[in-house]
This record gives sequence, C-alpha cells and structure tokens, in this order.
Amino acid sequence: MMAGVPKRLPRITVWRAIFAAILLSGAYATYLRVVYGLGGSTNLSDKFPWGLWIGFDVMCGVGLAAGGFTLVAMVHIFNIKQYRPVLRPAILTAFLGYLLVTLGLLYDVGRPDRMWHPLVMWNPHSVMFEVAWCVTLYSTVLFLEFLPIVFERFGLHKPIEWIHRISVPMMILGVLLSTLHQSSLGTLFLIVPEKLYPLWYTPVLPLLFFVSAIAVGLAMTIFESWHSARAFGRALELPLLASIGRVLAVAMSVYLWIRFLDLLHRDAFGLLLRNRTETWLFLLEIALGVVPTALLYQARIRRSPAALYVCAVMVVFGFIANRLNVGITGLEAGSGTHYIPKWSEVAVTLSLVAIGFAIFRVIGQYFPVFEAHSTEPAPATREVKEADPLSVG
Amino acid sequence: MPRAILYDSTLCIGCRACEGACAKRWGLPYNDKVAAEETISAHKLTTIVTHGDHFCRRLCMNCLQPACASVCPVGALQKTALGPVTYDAAKCIGCRYCMQACPFQVPTYEWSSRLPRMRKCDMCSARQSGGKLTACAEICPTGATFNGERNALIAEARSRLAAKPDQYYQKIYGLSEVGGTSVFFLSAVPFEQIGLRTNVPREPLPMLTWRVLELLPDVVSTGSVLLGGIWWITNRRAEVARKEGPHK
Repeated sequence: MMAGVPKRLPRITVWRAIFAAILLSGAYATYLRVVYGLGGSTNLSDKFPWGLWIGFDVMCGVGLAAGGFTLVAMVHIFNIKQYRPVLRPAILTAFLGYLLVTLGLLYDVGRPDRMWHPLVMWNPHSVMFEVAWCVTLYSTVLFLEFLPIVFERFGLHKPIEWIHRISVPMMILGVLLSTLHQSSLGTLFLIVPEKLYPLWYTPVLPLLFFVSAIAVGLAMTIFESWHSARAFGRALELPLLASIGRVLAVAMSVYLWIRFLDLLHRDAFGLLLRNRTETWLFLLEIALGVVPTALLYQARIRRSPAALYVCAVMVVFGFIANRLNVGITGLEAGSGTHYIPKWSEVAVTLSLVAIGFAIFRVIGQYFPVFEAHSTEPAPATREVKEADPLSVG
Repeated sequence: MPRAILYDSTLCIGCRACEGACAKRWGLPYNDKVAAEETISAHKLTTIVTHGDHFCRRLCMNCLQPACASVCPVGALQKTALGPVTYDAAKCIGCRYCMQACPFQVPTYEWSSRLPRMRKCDMCSARQSGGKLTACAEICPTGATFNGERNALIAEARSRLAAKPDQYYQKIYGLSEVGGTSVFFLSAVPFEQIGLRTNVPREPLPMLTWRVLELLPDVVSTGSVLLGGIWWITNRRAEVARKEGPHK
C-alpha cells in the first residue's frame, strides 16, 4: 500500500508522503543511535532496560509473523488443502517479519557487532539463548520455504525439486521451532515475578504466548489478504477467509478461556477493583479479544468482508496491547519508574513497519505469491463473486 | 570457602569512604558531585543512601543462584565458587536481560557509550581471590562493611542480633531472599524503611525459567512424533482418496 503503483491518485501520494516522512525520521533516528548510542536515541534507563524496541519490534514482530508456521502446519501437515491460497502470503509475511525483527535487534542490542555470540558462547539455562537459536534456525527454515517462490519466478525447476525433497522434515522443524520460541518469549518474563503486574505474571505465560501467537497469525492472514486484494486488484478469497475467521474464533476462545481460568485459579480478579492504569489497560486488552471473538461466531459477520477485516484488526490490536502490557506497561510499577518511548524509538519502529509493508508490496507484485498453485487450482477461491466491491481495489 | 559481605547499617556513619575506594578500584572518577548521587550507575557501582537517621548501602548482592547469570544468553556472567558474580565484558552482547531479571535492580549500563558494557559490583573478585579484602571493607572506618567467610559472617550477624536485641530489627537481610545472597544487611528498623526490597521471592529465581526450559527436549521429541504422525495419517488419507477417486 505504501509504495504505491504509479497511479496518479492523490490518496496514493499522501501515503507516499507519509512513507517518505517515516523513513526520513527513521534515518535520523538511526544516525542518533549509531553516534550517540542507546542513551542518545532511547528513553531507556538502568531501572527500565527494555522499551519499545523489545516490547513492539521483537515481541509483536515475532507474534505477528506466526501465520507462517500456523498455515504451514494447517496446509502441509494437517493436509487442509483449502487454505493453500493464503499459504504463500503467510510465509512471505513471516519471512519479512523475522528479517525485520533481526533488523530491530541490531538497534536494540548494545553491541550489534556481537549478535552472533550466542551461537558460539552457550548458556543452555538462558531463555534468551534458546530464543536466539530458535529464531536463527527458523529464519533459515523460512528462507527455504520462501525460496521456491523465487525459483518459480525465474523458472528454475531443479532447485524446487531439491527443496521439495527435504520439505516435510523442514516444515515439521519449522513448526517445532516456532512452538518453542513463540512460547519462550513468554518464558522470558517468568524471571520477573516481583516486577510484572499480577494481572499478567503467571506461570502459564509460555502457553498463553503460544496460543495467542496462533490466533494472531490467523488474524494477520485475514488482514494481509484484505490489503493485498485492494492493492493488487484481486478478488478477495471470501469463503476461505470466512473459514479462517471460524478457526480464529475457536483459537481466541481457547486463549480467552485459559486466561480466565488462570486469573480464577490465582484469585487475581480482585485486582480489577483497583483503580489503576494496569486495570484499564488490562480491560482494553481483554475487550479487544472478547469483542471480535463474539462477533466472529456469527455467520453474518464472517461473510461480510468489512466486518471480518475489522474483527481481524481488533485481534491484532488486542495482541499488540497484550505484548506491550507484558513487555512494557506491566513492568513500570514494579520497576519503580515511568517509561515513555523517545521519538527516535517510535521513528525506528514505524520505519520497520513501513519497510515491511513496502517490501511485501514489491514482492507481491513481482513474484508468484498470490497465484494459486498450478498443480492444484484451489477450488474454494474460484467461487468468489466478482461483484465483490473489494476486488476493484 | 565462599566469601561474603556483612553491612551493618547501625554502625554506618555515612562517610562514603566505601564509595571512594570502590571508584578507585574500578578506575572511575570520584568527586563531590558523584558523592552526592545516591543511586548506583555505570560510574558509581556502590552508594550510601540516606533514609532519615539511617544509612543503607547499595551494591551487588552476588546472589547464591543469580538470576543475571542464568538469563545471560552468552554466559558473560558467572557465579564463582569464591562467591562473587563476575562479568566478562568481551562476551556481552548488550541484550540487558540481566538488568531486567535482577530483582535488586543492580546491573547498570553505559547508556551513552558507543561500545557499551554492563557495570556492577563483583565483590572485588580479583582482590578476594588474591587473599585481600574487598576495597569497601578494607577502608570502612567503623566496620559497618565487613568482609569474610560467608558462614562466619552469618554467625557474627546472629550474635550481634542476640547481643543487642533492642538495637536491631531481628532479621538478617540476604539469608533467604531469592534463596540467599552473598551480601547481608543488618538494620535498626524494618528493611523496607532503609530502601531494601522485601517483596522478592524466597526461592531462587532461575528455577522459574528452568522449570519450563527443561521441558524442551520432551517438547521437541514428542512434537516430532506427533507432527510426523499427523502428516503421515493425513497424507496417506489423501493418497487413498486419489487412488480410489476414479472408481466411484
């Protein structure tokens, strides 16, 4: 959407202007980061060592890229072929997501020149060590899952066969690695029982992180299908997306139910009577989960592209709210300090998001990401009414 | 035998000699301006904090089972047999997980440096392994900071509490906090009144993440069998359907 095709519409120009402004501010923030260090480019402090670049860029970035492993599991391992048309966009999103997370880490880590250290200096007791290994290996798997799209574009059939030969163990490995590090991002915070506010600190954080990653991966699939349908003037695969909406409703229900049981067993509901910032942030986060879940159970909502899209966006925002609460706001009181990101932190984060949108757009345009596979012309997609207003783009 | 530090707030006169000795040991500048800062930072690894009529010291607790060492992805932090938790700056990637994990908020960072390091007290590891006292204990004029064998210091602390029950709050801070530390505090008033965190868990923190991490081999092996099995079942079904399809 950002790097628009050369149409002379003013709306596109506005987007381009915003895109350029974001990248310019990001470039200046990068200069500050390189020359003046973390002190000159962030509002981090000894009492609050992790901020937006961890809370959003890493924790949300990895989660929002979870559609890759969810759909690979659904299509190739559970053999639900009907979801095939959205598999490649999901893999592309995941691959770009992990690249951007790595790029974001280069900003956040104090010594980016030593990013490779965890690969040779081991500490198996460290969750961060495990995450570093999983993310490195899974990025490699995603690269291999993405490569056939490139080979196909240039008509290289031999290498596609090679990758095809190792594809099943590779995909199983990818799903396992994702299971591990999606949950481990929650495990990271088990070490701060006295700092993280009790509405969020729970021994089941790893489980909650894993289930919510599956849900948001599905929501992102709906989100990106909707946007690419508009951007590329394709028909929206509505029956397919409606069916994903159904799976999303179930995944969210499971998540919310575990969340409810956890609060119940820890006797944590009393905390909601306190008039504190945390209470309101918690209620916002939960509302952004409950409302779309309830809506998605109605066929009327699932069949309406706009309503389905709004539900997916709510799930995504609810997910972001949750990760920011665990990674940032829920830690403020326990750390005895207040943190508001500096403008340069926001600029870098927005730049990463904008770059993600732009690269997705370019690859979607020039590579066979959206075509149905030649071997199996995904039946579900063919029935879509051409009158769908969104197909006009 | 592991070593430790005993800080007795009732003996401290707030002269800040320990601050100066510590700065000297680390090669950090120390002047009136630094002395006035009552927080630890990358340029001040220990400090005296004034709480009304009482003083308290801030320094690394050198925990028996340190959260910082358990979370460090590159093993830059190590608990030594002698007691100190040491830091190898050459390994550190600057993820700052140690800072996030420390329940005492001890590790500090060189925020404005282009090649930043984490900074914290290491209980004068080098001095102690050479048979010397920590710089702060050596210079302390009143014996408020006392350096010695951990067990001997616990015994000493107990006898002080017993000898003057009306002068001491009858507890030793550091005995059970996060499973025990290598720095102990004695105080005339309850510990929270001299700024010590009393909400820290009694159990060692590394257990909290290890309980999950140790499941990793089980998850991977079970997951492989499960996913491989599901793939085998579902694709076999597709295969059969393909073969039988034309006959219908």
